[in-house]
Amino acid sequence: MTGATRLGKDLLALEPLSPEQIRLILDTAEPFREISERAIKKVPTLRGQTVVNLFFEASTRTRISFEFAEKRMSADTVSIAASGSSVAKGETLVDTARNLEAMRIDMVVVRHGSSGAAQFLAERIESNVINAGDGTHEHPTQGLLDLLTLRHRFGSLEGRRVCIVGDVLHSRVARSNIWGLKKLGAQVGVCGPRSLLPNAIDELGVEVFDRVEAAIEWAEALNVLRLQLERMQAGYIPSLREYNRVFGVTRERLERAPGDMLILHPGPMNRGVEIDSDVADGPHSVILDQVTNGVAVRMAVLYLLAGGRPELAEAAKSAGKGRGGDA
Amino acid sequence: MPPKHTVVLDARAMERTVKRMADEIVEANAGTEGLILVGIQRRGVQLAERLMRAIRDAENVDVPRGALDITLYRDDLQTVGPRPVVGPTSLPANIDGKRVVIVDDVLYTGRTVRAALDELADFGRPARIQLAVLVDRGGRELPIQPDIVGKRLEVPDGGHVDVFVTELDDRDAVILVPGAEDA
Repeated sequence: MTGATRLGKDLLALEPLSPEQIRLILDTAEPFREISERAIKKVPTLRGQTVVNLFFEASTRTRISFEFAEKRMSADTVSIAASGSSVAKGETLVDTARNLEAMRIDMVVVRHGSSGAAQFLAERIESNVINAGDGTHEHPTQGLLDLLTLRHRFGSLEGRRVCIVGDVLHSRVARSNIWGLKKLGAQVGVCGPRSLLPNAIDELGVEVFDRVEAAIEWAEALNVLRLQLERMQAGYIPSLREYNRVFGVTRERLERAPGDMLILHPGPMNRGVEIDSDVADGPHSVILDQVTNGVAVRMAVLYLLAGGRPELAEAAKSAGKGRGGDA
Repeated sequence: MPPKHTVVLDARAMERTVKRMADEIVEANAGTEGLILVGIQRRGVQLAERLMRAIRDAENVDVPRGALDITLYRDDLQTVGPRPVVGPTSLPANIDGKRVVIVDDVLYTGRTVRAALDELADFGRPARIQLAVLVDRGGRELPIQPDIVGKRLEVPDGGHVDVFVTELDDRDAVILVPGAEDA
């Protein structure tokens, strides 16, 4: 039980976390999966704590997943969307958060269109900050739920080959996946049109595939990313049909995979573009497992950030309450 | 000088104690009908397993047993440590209307048992809940008392009780460790 395995005040990204810290979150998330199976899906752990979900960007599944996680831990929650708040009147991120903090909140879950916004906020407020996606930087809880889903199926990620397919350039999910997978010993590939891969992708230590057939031949799991249709006006690809023809994950292509293949997708899916329906709903798909694991991972992060003040733990241990026996 | 440890129960004494506790559980419930043993993680789970085996030897009946992890029901999240470990909870059946016996290794403040009662209430409404502990060391902070006790101990101020089980610790023993001032 060392300081290195403890999470700090905030969860902002997977890049700065140690493998032990990532494993701590995943190990903690495992038993939380069972809580969602109970008749009463609620534990009193965060009773009395207030969590604010501050979403400056549209999001349905991430926001709802966090809300479920918070409510299942018995926290009081408030969700604020930028469009209906003082942000629409020009209030800054920090002013919004400081005003909320003056109402004695404990944690902030923030999604923002600018990379670095979560860190900017975390450095200026005392509440715990959880990054729910910032610009094209990271989406750490999505990365963690992908890791949990893969680890659950594979047992261990050591030496496993996972390929991220699609719009890596604009994807914060891809960045969190790359950091997390590599820290847990997996081999990582990326596949997509060169126009949708970052220039310096080779420096991240990943295999690069220009053909999805080659990626399928190499990988044991494909994490298929949403083609961000809102960006397609910028001319990154010739057309959606062309993209599907060259990079779409289809049943015919998967049938040529040498072994069993896991299919992940962070959603929402463009069916018939980056992934075909018979793949998304087929036997290889773990997409709904990802959704279930998302709640468990977020419960684990809330739990780990809210608890565990080491000085109090030491005091409790020296009082004889810390080991198997007295209770 | 380190405190002098006293072996309160060795492996054979522990085995005898568990057998006696199993007999008392069956007697207190006039049989095994509707009985469920639920061990509190971690050593309570091993003790529940041993009680189940002892009841099987005596009565030729397999009593369902489960495991309860009370970590998320504790009232001291801020003090559970830099790496709070949450274990699995699994109950063998619907507990509505059943007679549930909570099993733990040591009863001290009673806060663990309070948390276990809260957690059980989230799973259903048993007809009766009883508490079986291998060691009652006194020092209660809540009005909670055991129904079945393996060994009662007087523990001096600052002292503590360690329970070792083969499944986790490679030996069976109950050790009393007095406080440093008692050495």
